[in-house]
Amino acid sequence: MNLSRFFKTIFMVDFVGGLFIAIKELFKPKKTINYPFEKGKISPRFRGEHALRRYPNGEERCIACKLCEAACPAQAITIESAQREDGSRKTTRYDIDMMKCIYCGLCEEACPVDAIVQGPNFEFSTETREELYYTKEKLLDNGDRWENILDANIKADSSHR
Amino acid sequence: MEYLNIVFQEVYKILFLLVPVLVSVAMIVWLDRRVWAFVQKRQGPNVVGPFGLLQSLADALKYIFKEIIIPSSSNKVIFILAPIVTMTLALIAWAVIPFSATQVLADINVGILYLFAVSSLGVYGIIMGGWASNSKYPFLGAIRSAAQMVSYEVSIGVIIINVLLCVGSLNLNDIVIAQQNLWFVIPLFPMFVIFFISALAETNRPPFDLPEAEAELVAGYQTEYSGMMYAMFWLGEYANILLMCAMGAILFLGGWLSPIDIYPFTLVPGAIWLILKILLLFFLFALVKAIVPRYRYDQLMRLGWKVFLPLSLTWVVLTASYLFYFNLLPTN
Repeated sequence: MNLSRFFKTIFMVDFVGGLFIAIKELFKPKKTINYPFEKGKISPRFRGEHALRRYPNGEERCIACKLCEAACPAQAITIESAQREDGSRKTTRYDIDMMKCIYCGLCEEACPVDAIVQGPNFEFSTETREELYYTKEKLLDNGDRWENILDANIKADSSHR
Repeated sequence: MEYLNIVFQEVYKILFLLVPVLVSVAMIVWLDRRVWAFVQKRQGPNVVGPFGLLQSLADALKYIFKEIIIPSSSNKVIFILAPIVTMTLALIAWAVIPFSATQVLADINVGILYLFAVSSLGVYGIIMGGWASNSKYPFLGAIRSAAQMVSYEVSIGVIIINVLLCVGSLNLNDIVIAQQNLWFVIPLFPMFVIFFISALAETNRPPFDLPEAEAELVAGYQTEYSGMMYAMFWLGEYANILLMCAMGAILFLGGWLSPIDIYPFTLVPGAIWLILKILLLFFLFALVKAIVPRYRYDQLMRLGWKVFLPLSLTWVVLTASYLFYFNLLPTN
Protein backbone atom coordinates (compact mmCIF):
# COMPACT_ATOMS: atom_id res chain seq x y z
CA MET A 1 0.00 0.00 0.00
CA ASN A 2 1.53 3.31 -0.96
CA LEU A 3 1.75 6.21 1.42
CA SER A 4 -0.97 8.46 0.01
CA ARG A 5 -3.43 5.58 -0.06
CA PHE A 6 -2.52 4.78 3.55
CA PHE A 7 -3.22 8.32 4.70
CA LYS A 8 -6.41 8.42 2.67
CA THR A 9 -7.60 5.33 4.50
CA ILE A 10 -6.52 6.42 7.96
CA PHE A 11 -8.14 9.85 7.73
CA MET A 12 -11.17 8.49 5.83
CA VAL A 13 -10.79 11.18 3.17
CA ASP A 14 -13.26 9.61 0.79
CA PHE A 15 -15.81 9.05 3.51
CA VAL A 16 -15.65 12.63 4.79
CA GLY A 17 -15.86 13.89 1.21
CA GLY A 18 -18.95 11.78 0.71
CA LEU A 19 -20.43 13.16 3.89
CA PHE A 20 -20.04 16.72 2.61
CA ILE A 21 -21.53 15.80 -0.75
CA ALA A 22 -24.48 14.28 1.08
CA ILE A 23 -24.97 17.46 3.11
CA LYS A 24 -24.81 19.52 -0.09
CA GLU A 25 -27.37 17.30 -1.81
CA LEU A 26 -29.62 17.62 1.24
CA PHE A 27 -30.51 21.20 0.34
CA LYS A 28 -30.93 20.78 -3.40
CA PRO A 29 -34.44 20.76 -4.89
CA LYS A 30 -36.13 17.39 -4.99
CA LYS A 31 -36.28 15.44 -8.22
CA THR A 32 -39.47 13.56 -7.35
CA ILE A 33 -42.99 14.98 -7.44
CA ASN A 34 -45.32 14.92 -4.49
CA TYR A 35 -47.69 12.53 -6.22
CA PRO A 36 -51.23 12.79 -4.92
CA PHE A 37 -50.87 16.58 -4.70
CA GLU A 38 -48.68 17.14 -7.75
CA LYS A 39 -48.91 15.18 -10.97
CA GLY A 40 -46.52 14.64 -13.80
CA LYS A 41 -47.19 15.99 -17.26
CA ILE A 42 -49.18 13.61 -19.50
CA SER A 43 -48.76 13.39 -23.26
CA PRO A 44 -51.84 13.87 -25.51
CA ARG A 45 -51.17 10.32 -26.68
CA PHE A 46 -51.42 8.93 -23.16
CA ARG A 47 -53.42 5.70 -23.11
CA GLY A 48 -55.44 5.71 -19.92
CA GLU A 49 -59.03 4.93 -19.06
CA HIS A 50 -61.35 4.31 -22.00
CA ALA A 51 -64.21 6.58 -23.01
CA LEU A 52 -66.92 6.50 -25.67
CA ARG A 53 -67.39 9.91 -27.25
CA ARG A 54 -70.48 11.64 -28.61
CA TYR A 55 -71.01 14.17 -31.41
CA PRO A 56 -71.62 17.72 -30.25
CA ASN A 57 -75.36 17.20 -30.83
CA GLY A 58 -75.39 14.39 -28.29
CA GLU A 59 -75.54 11.47 -30.72
CA GLU A 60 -73.11 8.64 -29.90
CA ARG A 61 -70.30 8.32 -32.39
CA CYS A 62 -70.03 4.55 -32.26
CA ILE A 63 -71.48 2.86 -35.35
CA ALA A 64 -70.98 -0.70 -34.06
CA CYS A 65 -68.52 -1.61 -36.80
CA LYS A 66 -66.76 -3.88 -34.31
CA LEU A 67 -63.31 -2.98 -35.64
CA CYS A 68 -62.14 -2.33 -32.11
CA GLU A 69 -63.44 -5.70 -30.99
CA ALA A 70 -61.51 -7.33 -33.81
CA ALA A 71 -58.37 -5.30 -33.19
CA CYS A 72 -58.27 -5.92 -29.47
CA PRO A 73 -55.37 -8.34 -28.81
CA ALA A 74 -56.62 -9.14 -25.33
CA GLN A 75 -60.22 -9.64 -26.51
CA ALA A 76 -61.40 -7.36 -23.77
CA ILE A 77 -64.17 -5.72 -25.82
CA THR A 78 -67.61 -7.27 -26.32
CA ILE A 79 -70.06 -5.56 -28.68
CA GLU A 80 -73.63 -6.40 -29.60
CA SER A 81 -75.49 -4.29 -32.11
CA ALA A 82 -78.99 -3.72 -33.42
CA GLN A 83 -80.78 -1.35 -35.77
CA ARG A 84 -82.44 1.55 -34.08
CA GLU A 85 -85.98 2.81 -35.01
CA ASP A 86 -84.49 5.64 -37.13
CA GLY A 87 -82.60 3.05 -39.15
CA SER A 88 -79.13 3.78 -37.82
CA ARG A 89 -76.89 1.00 -36.61
CA LYS A 90 -75.97 1.38 -32.94
CA THR A 91 -74.54 -0.77 -30.18
CA THR A 92 -76.86 -2.31 -27.62
CA ARG A 93 -73.95 -3.52 -25.61
CA TYR A 94 -70.39 -2.20 -25.44
CA ASP A 95 -68.41 -3.79 -22.60
CA ILE A 96 -64.72 -3.50 -21.87
CA ASP A 97 -63.18 -5.81 -19.32
CA MET A 98 -60.60 -3.42 -17.88
CA MET A 99 -58.73 -6.30 -16.27
CA LYS A 100 -58.13 -7.93 -19.63
CA CYS A 101 -57.24 -4.66 -21.31
CA ILE A 102 -53.52 -4.17 -21.89
CA TYR A 103 -53.83 -0.47 -22.78
CA CYS A 104 -52.22 -0.94 -26.19
CA GLY A 105 -54.39 1.70 -27.87
CA LEU A 106 -55.28 -0.51 -30.88
CA CYS A 107 -59.02 0.04 -30.35
CA GLU A 108 -58.48 3.77 -30.52
CA GLU A 109 -56.45 3.38 -33.72
CA ALA A 110 -58.99 1.03 -35.30
CA CYS A 111 -61.96 3.32 -34.69
CA PRO A 112 -62.99 5.09 -37.92
CA VAL A 113 -65.14 7.68 -36.10
CA ASP A 114 -62.99 8.47 -33.05
CA ALA A 115 -65.67 6.98 -30.79
CA ILE A 116 -63.60 4.78 -28.50
CA VAL A 117 -60.62 6.69 -27.13
CA GLN A 118 -58.25 6.32 -24.27
CA GLY A 119 -58.22 9.39 -22.06
CA PRO A 120 -55.70 10.92 -19.69
CA ASN A 121 -57.23 9.39 -16.56
CA PHE A 122 -55.14 6.67 -14.92
CA GLU A 123 -56.57 6.86 -11.42
CA PHE A 124 -59.56 4.57 -11.65
CA SER A 125 -58.60 1.82 -9.26
CA THR A 126 -61.54 0.14 -7.58
CA GLU A 127 -62.13 -1.95 -4.52
CA THR A 128 -63.99 -4.75 -6.28
CA ARG A 129 -63.41 -6.67 -9.47
CA GLU A 130 -66.98 -6.06 -10.68
CA GLU A 131 -66.42 -2.31 -10.89
CA LEU A 132 -63.83 -2.91 -13.57
CA TYR A 133 -66.30 -4.52 -16.01
CA TYR A 134 -67.06 -1.29 -17.87
CA THR A 135 -70.45 -1.08 -19.55
CA LYS A 136 -71.62 1.22 -22.32
CA GLU A 137 -73.19 3.62 -19.82
CA LYS A 138 -69.98 3.89 -17.88
CA LEU A 139 -67.94 4.47 -21.03
CA LEU A 140 -70.32 7.11 -22.39
CA ASP A 141 -70.31 8.77 -18.99
CA ASN A 142 -66.51 8.84 -19.11
CA GLY A 143 -66.73 10.37 -22.57
CA ASP A 144 -69.00 13.14 -21.32
CA ARG A 145 -66.81 13.82 -18.34
CA TRP A 146 -63.49 14.03 -20.23
CA GLU A 147 -64.77 15.39 -23.56
CA ASN A 148 -62.89 18.72 -23.37
CA ILE A 149 -59.56 17.09 -22.78
CA LEU A 150 -60.21 14.23 -25.21
CA ASP A 151 -61.09 16.66 -27.96
CA ALA A 152 -58.02 18.76 -27.32
CA ASN A 153 -55.80 15.67 -27.24
CA ILE A 154 -57.13 14.37 -30.55
CA LYS A 155 -56.58 17.80 -32.12
CA ALA A 156 -53.06 18.00 -30.70
CA ASP A 157 -52.19 14.59 -32.07
CA SER A 158 -54.06 14.79 -35.38
CA SER A 159 -51.09 16.06 -37.41
CA HIS A 160 -49.16 12.89 -36.58
CA ARG A 161 -51.86 10.40 -37.57
CA MET B 1 -49.50 3.18 52.40
CA GLU B 2 -46.19 4.96 52.53
CA TYR B 3 -44.63 2.09 50.63
CA LEU B 4 -47.29 2.41 47.95
CA ASN B 5 -46.54 6.12 47.65
CA ILE B 6 -42.89 5.43 46.97
CA VAL B 7 -43.79 2.84 44.37
CA PHE B 8 -46.13 5.26 42.63
CA GLN B 9 -43.54 7.99 42.68
CA GLU B 10 -41.03 5.71 41.00
CA VAL B 11 -43.60 4.58 38.45
CA TYR B 12 -44.34 8.22 37.60
CA LYS B 13 -40.64 8.91 37.19
CA ILE B 14 -40.24 5.89 34.93
CA LEU B 15 -43.23 6.91 32.82
CA PHE B 16 -41.90 10.44 32.64
CA LEU B 17 -38.72 9.01 31.11
CA LEU B 18 -40.16 6.20 28.99
CA VAL B 19 -42.97 8.06 27.26
CA PRO B 20 -40.66 10.78 25.85
CA VAL B 21 -38.15 8.11 24.84
CA LEU B 22 -40.79 6.13 22.96
CA VAL B 23 -42.16 9.26 21.30
CA SER B 24 -38.69 10.34 20.28
CA VAL B 25 -38.02 6.88 18.89
CA ALA B 26 -41.06 7.34 16.65
CA MET B 27 -39.84 10.80 15.63
CA ILE B 28 -36.33 9.56 15.02
CA VAL B 29 -37.63 6.95 12.57
CA TRP B 30 -39.28 9.78 10.69
CA LEU B 31 -36.09 11.85 10.79
CA ASP B 32 -34.09 8.89 9.57
CA ARG B 33 -36.34 8.25 6.59
CA ARG B 34 -36.58 11.93 5.82
CA VAL B 35 -32.82 12.56 5.85
CA TRP B 36 -32.28 9.44 3.79
CA ALA B 37 -34.84 10.65 1.27
CA PHE B 38 -33.45 14.19 1.14
CA VAL B 39 -29.92 13.01 0.43
CA GLN B 40 -31.35 10.98 -2.45
CA LYS B 41 -33.42 14.02 -3.52
CA ARG B 42 -36.72 12.37 -2.70
CA GLN B 43 -39.53 13.78 -0.57
CA GLY B 44 -39.67 11.11 2.11
CA PRO B 45 -42.75 10.63 4.29
CA ASN B 46 -44.59 13.96 4.22
CA VAL B 47 -48.30 13.22 4.20
CA VAL B 48 -49.34 12.10 7.69
CA GLY B 49 -49.42 15.15 9.96
CA PRO B 50 -47.29 18.29 9.54
CA PHE B 51 -44.22 17.39 7.43
CA GLY B 52 -45.25 13.74 7.85
CA LEU B 53 -44.25 13.84 11.51
CA LEU B 54 -46.97 11.39 12.49
CA GLN B 55 -45.89 8.79 9.91
CA SER B 56 -44.38 6.49 12.54
CA LEU B 57 -47.53 6.64 14.65
CA ALA B 58 -49.59 5.68 11.61
CA ASP B 59 -47.18 2.82 10.95
CA ALA B 60 -47.41 1.72 14.56
CA LEU B 61 -51.19 1.76 14.35
CA LYS B 62 -51.01 -0.38 11.24
CA TYR B 63 -48.73 -2.88 12.99
CA ILE B 64 -51.04 -3.08 16.00
CA PHE B 65 -54.00 -4.11 13.86
CA LYS B 66 -52.04 -6.62 11.82
CA GLU B 67 -52.24 -10.30 12.57
CA ILE B 68 -49.34 -11.80 14.47
CA ILE B 69 -48.28 -14.92 12.62
CA ILE B 70 -46.39 -17.52 14.67
CA PRO B 71 -44.80 -20.23 12.51
CA SER B 72 -46.01 -23.68 13.55
CA SER B 73 -42.48 -25.06 13.60
CA SER B 74 -41.12 -22.28 15.78
CA ASN B 75 -40.28 -22.47 19.44
CA LYS B 76 -43.25 -20.40 20.45
CA VAL B 77 -42.19 -19.22 23.90
CA ILE B 78 -38.80 -17.97 22.75
CA PHE B 79 -40.29 -16.65 19.53
CA ILE B 80 -42.65 -14.41 21.47
CA LEU B 81 -40.05 -13.57 24.08
CA ALA B 82 -37.44 -12.34 21.59
CA PRO B 83 -39.00 -8.99 20.60
CA ILE B 84 -39.99 -8.37 24.21
CA VAL B 85 -36.39 -8.91 25.31
CA THR B 86 -35.05 -6.65 22.57
CA MET B 87 -37.36 -3.80 23.41
CA THR B 88 -37.07 -4.13 27.17
CA LEU B 89 -33.29 -4.13 27.02
CA ALA B 90 -33.28 -1.12 24.74
CA LEU B 91 -35.50 0.76 27.19
CA ILE B 92 -34.07 -0.19 30.59
CA ALA B 93 -30.70 1.22 29.64
CA TRP B 94 -32.23 4.71 29.66
CA ALA B 95 -32.50 4.49 33.46
CA VAL B 96 -28.90 5.64 33.94
CA ILE B 97 -28.73 8.35 31.28
CA PRO B 98 -28.30 11.67 33.10
CA PHE B 99 -30.33 14.55 31.63
CA SER B 100 -28.80 17.01 34.11
CA ALA B 101 -26.87 16.81 37.37
CA THR B 102 -30.04 15.78 39.21
CA GLN B 103 -32.36 14.48 36.50
CA VAL B 104 -31.36 10.85 36.40
CA LEU B 105 -33.58 7.91 37.24
CA ALA B 106 -30.86 5.72 38.77
CA ASP B 107 -27.66 7.55 39.65
CA ILE B 108 -25.68 4.36 40.19
CA ASN B 109 -21.92 4.25 40.64
CA VAL B 110 -21.37 1.75 37.87
CA GLY B 111 -23.52 3.57 35.35
CA ILE B 112 -21.27 3.08 32.35
CA LEU B 113 -20.81 -0.58 33.19
CA TYR B 114 -24.58 -1.02 33.41
CA LEU B 115 -25.01 0.71 30.07
CA PHE B 116 -22.36 -1.47 28.48
CA ALA B 117 -23.82 -4.64 29.98
CA VAL B 118 -27.35 -3.86 28.83
CA SER B 119 -26.28 -2.97 25.32
CA SER B 120 -24.32 -6.24 25.16
CA LEU B 121 -27.39 -8.17 26.22
CA GLY B 122 -29.25 -6.67 23.27
CA VAL B 123 -27.80 -9.37 21.04
CA TYR B 124 -29.81 -12.01 22.93
CA GLY B 125 -33.10 -10.73 21.56
CA ILE B 126 -31.77 -11.12 18.05
CA ILE B 127 -30.28 -14.57 18.63
CA MET B 128 -33.47 -15.76 20.30
CA GLY B 129 -35.60 -14.42 17.46
CA GLY B 130 -33.36 -15.97 14.82
CA TRP B 131 -33.13 -19.34 16.50
CA ALA B 132 -36.76 -19.65 17.57
CA SER B 133 -38.02 -18.85 14.07
CA ASN B 134 -36.65 -22.23 12.93
CA SER B 135 -36.01 -20.99 9.43
CA LYS B 136 -32.82 -20.45 7.49
CA TYR B 137 -32.77 -16.68 6.87
CA PRO B 138 -33.48 -15.65 10.46
CA PHE B 139 -30.95 -18.19 11.64
CA LEU B 140 -28.18 -16.93 9.36
CA GLY B 141 -29.07 -13.34 10.22
CA ALA B 142 -28.92 -14.08 13.93
CA ILE B 143 -25.53 -15.81 13.62
CA ARG B 144 -24.11 -12.89 11.69
CA SER B 145 -25.56 -10.45 14.15
CA ALA B 146 -24.15 -12.28 17.15
CA ALA B 147 -20.65 -12.37 15.68
CA GLN B 148 -20.83 -8.76 14.61
CA MET B 149 -22.14 -7.35 17.86
CA VAL B 150 -19.67 -9.32 19.94
CA SER B 151 -16.74 -8.15 17.78
CA TYR B 152 -17.59 -4.49 18.01
CA GLU B 153 -18.52 -4.71 21.67
CA VAL B 154 -14.84 -5.39 22.33
CA SER B 155 -13.61 -2.20 20.74
CA ILE B 156 -16.40 -0.18 22.36
CA GLY B 157 -15.30 -1.59 25.71
CA VAL B 158 -11.71 -0.57 25.10
CA ILE B 159 -12.82 2.90 24.00
CA ILE B 160 -14.81 3.26 27.19
CA ILE B 161 -11.65 2.38 29.12
CA ASN B 162 -9.96 5.32 27.42
CA VAL B 163 -12.63 7.67 28.69
CA LEU B 164 -12.64 6.11 32.13
CA LEU B 165 -8.89 6.63 32.41
CA CYS B 166 -9.47 10.35 31.99
CA VAL B 167 -12.39 10.45 34.41
CA GLY B 168 -11.57 8.05 37.20
CA SER B 169 -15.18 7.16 37.86
CA LEU B 170 -17.82 4.86 36.38
CA ASN B 171 -20.66 7.21 37.27
CA LEU B 172 -22.13 8.84 34.18
CA ASN B 173 -22.63 12.17 35.91
CA ASP B 174 -18.97 12.20 36.93
CA ILE B 175 -18.03 11.48 33.33
CA VAL B 176 -20.05 14.48 32.19
CA ILE B 177 -18.68 16.79 34.87
CA ALA B 178 -15.11 15.74 34.06
CA GLN B 179 -15.65 17.27 30.61
CA GLN B 180 -16.44 20.71 32.03
CA ASN B 181 -13.27 22.27 30.65
CA LEU B 182 -12.66 20.13 27.59
CA TRP B 183 -14.96 17.66 25.90
CA PHE B 184 -13.30 14.31 25.40
CA VAL B 185 -14.04 14.50 21.70
CA ILE B 186 -11.02 16.81 21.32
CA PRO B 187 -8.25 14.87 23.07
CA LEU B 188 -9.75 11.48 22.17
CA PHE B 189 -10.92 12.31 18.67
CA PRO B 190 -9.72 9.06 17.01
CA MET B 191 -11.53 7.14 19.73
CA PHE B 192 -14.69 9.12 19.04
CA VAL B 193 -14.52 8.17 15.37
CA ILE B 194 -13.98 4.52 16.22
CA PHE B 195 -16.77 4.68 18.77
CA PHE B 196 -19.10 6.12 16.18
CA ILE B 197 -18.31 3.42 13.64
CA SER B 198 -18.52 0.69 16.26
CA ALA B 199 -21.87 2.09 17.36
CA LEU B 200 -23.08 1.75 13.78
CA ALA B 201 -22.01 -1.89 13.81
CA GLU B 202 -23.38 -2.47 17.28
CA THR B 203 -26.85 -1.26 16.32
CA ASN B 204 -26.84 -3.06 12.94
CA ARG B 205 -27.05 0.20 11.04
CA PRO B 206 -25.82 0.55 7.49
CA PRO B 207 -23.06 0.05 6.38
CA PHE B 208 -23.01 -2.82 8.87
CA ASP B 209 -26.61 -3.99 8.50
CA LEU B 210 -25.53 -7.48 7.50
CA PRO B 211 -27.96 -9.26 9.85
CA GLU B 212 -30.84 -7.90 7.80
CA ALA B 213 -29.14 -7.61 4.42
CA GLU B 214 -32.19 -7.59 2.18
CA ALA B 215 -30.44 -8.89 -0.90
CA GLU B 216 -29.22 -12.08 0.70
CA LEU B 217 -31.20 -12.68 3.89
CA VAL B 218 -34.68 -11.25 3.13
CA ALA B 219 -34.99 -9.45 6.48
CA GLY B 220 -32.54 -11.44 8.60
CA TYR B 221 -33.76 -12.34 12.05
CA GLN B 222 -37.04 -10.46 11.51
CA THR B 223 -38.13 -12.52 8.53
CA GLU B 224 -40.75 -14.59 10.36
CA TYR B 225 -42.06 -11.74 12.47
CA SER B 226 -45.19 -9.79 11.72
CA GLY B 227 -47.53 -7.27 13.26
CA MET B 228 -46.76 -5.85 16.67
CA MET B 229 -43.89 -8.27 17.26
CA TYR B 230 -42.07 -6.93 14.23
CA ALA B 231 -42.84 -3.39 15.38
CA MET B 232 -41.28 -4.17 18.75
CA PHE B 233 -38.06 -5.30 17.11
CA TRP B 234 -38.10 -2.15 15.10
CA LEU B 235 -38.79 0.05 18.13
CA GLY B 236 -36.08 -1.73 20.08
CA GLU B 237 -33.61 -1.24 17.27
CA TYR B 238 -34.22 2.48 17.07
CA ALA B 239 -34.27 2.85 20.86
CA ASN B 240 -30.85 1.16 20.79
CA ILE B 241 -29.61 3.58 18.15
CA LEU B 242 -30.82 6.48 20.23
CA LEU B 243 -29.12 4.95 23.25
CA MET B 244 -25.84 4.63 21.39
CA CYS B 245 -26.14 8.28 20.37
CA ALA B 246 -26.78 9.21 24.00
CA MET B 247 -23.77 7.16 25.04
CA GLY B 248 -21.62 8.96 22.47
CA ALA B 249 -22.94 12.31 23.64
CA ILE B 250 -22.17 11.53 27.28
CA LEU B 251 -18.77 9.96 26.73
CA PHE B 252 -17.40 12.41 24.17
CA LEU B 253 -19.63 15.44 23.70
CA GLY B 254 -20.03 16.53 27.30
CA GLY B 255 -23.51 15.09 27.93
CA TRP B 256 -25.79 17.75 29.38
CA LEU B 257 -23.08 20.43 29.59
CA SER B 258 -23.66 23.50 27.48
CA PRO B 259 -21.12 23.86 24.68
CA ILE B 260 -20.07 27.34 25.79
CA ASP B 261 -19.81 27.95 29.50
CA ILE B 262 -21.09 31.55 29.46
CA TYR B 263 -24.24 33.16 30.81
CA PRO B 264 -27.10 32.81 28.28
CA PHE B 265 -26.11 29.28 27.30
CA THR B 266 -25.94 27.95 30.83
CA LEU B 267 -29.59 28.97 31.35
CA VAL B 268 -30.77 26.37 28.86
CA PRO B 269 -31.62 23.19 30.75
CA GLY B 270 -29.11 20.37 30.42
CA ALA B 271 -31.71 18.00 29.00
CA ILE B 272 -32.03 20.21 25.92
CA TRP B 273 -28.29 20.21 25.32
CA LEU B 274 -28.19 16.45 25.67
CA ILE B 275 -31.09 16.03 23.26
CA LEU B 276 -29.43 18.36 20.74
CA LYS B 277 -26.22 16.38 20.95
CA ILE B 278 -28.10 13.09 20.54
CA LEU B 279 -29.86 14.55 17.52
CA LEU B 280 -26.57 15.69 16.01
CA LEU B 281 -25.14 12.20 16.36
CA PHE B 282 -28.30 10.65 15.00
CA PHE B 283 -28.19 12.99 12.04
CA LEU B 284 -24.72 11.62 11.30
CA PHE B 285 -26.10 8.09 11.65
CA ALA B 286 -28.79 8.91 9.11
CA LEU B 287 -26.34 10.55 6.70
CA VAL B 288 -24.01 7.56 6.86
CA LYS B 289 -26.94 5.29 6.04
CA ALA B 290 -27.54 7.32 2.91
CA ILE B 291 -23.97 7.47 1.61
CA VAL B 292 -22.21 4.17 2.21
CA PRO B 293 -22.71 0.73 0.66
CA ARG B 294 -22.95 -2.37 2.81
CA TYR B 295 -19.74 -4.06 3.99
CA ARG B 296 -18.91 -7.58 3.01
CA TYR B 297 -18.88 -9.93 5.98
CA ASP B 298 -15.14 -10.65 6.02
CA GLN B 299 -14.41 -6.94 5.65
CA LEU B 300 -16.61 -6.27 8.65
CA MET B 301 -14.75 -8.79 10.76
CA ARG B 302 -11.38 -7.53 9.52
CA LEU B 303 -12.28 -3.95 10.43
CA GLY B 304 -13.44 -4.97 13.89
CA TRP B 305 -10.62 -7.27 14.91
CA LYS B 306 -7.63 -6.16 12.87
CA VAL B 307 -8.11 -2.40 12.80
CA PHE B 308 -10.30 -1.14 15.59
CA LEU B 309 -9.16 -3.44 18.36
CA PRO B 310 -5.40 -2.81 17.94
CA LEU B 311 -6.00 0.89 17.36
CA SER B 312 -8.09 1.37 20.47
CA LEU B 313 -5.77 -0.79 22.55
CA THR B 314 -2.79 1.30 21.42
CA TRP B 315 -4.68 4.40 22.31
CA VAL B 316 -5.35 3.04 25.82
CA VAL B 317 -1.62 2.63 26.27
CA LEU B 318 -0.97 6.11 24.89
CA THR B 319 -3.61 7.73 27.09
CA ALA B 320 -2.46 5.89 30.18
CA SER B 321 1.22 6.73 29.55
CA TYR B 322 0.41 10.35 28.88
CA LEU B 323 -1.71 10.70 32.00
CA PHE B 324 0.87 8.87 34.10
CA TYR B 325 3.87 10.75 32.77
CA PHE B 326 2.33 14.17 33.30
CA ASN B 327 0.82 13.11 36.60
CA LEU B 328 -2.69 13.85 35.38
CA LEU B 329 -4.31 10.61 36.54
CA PRO B 330 -7.58 11.47 38.30
CA THR B 331 -7.54 10.73 41.98
CA ASN B 332 -10.58 10.25 44.13
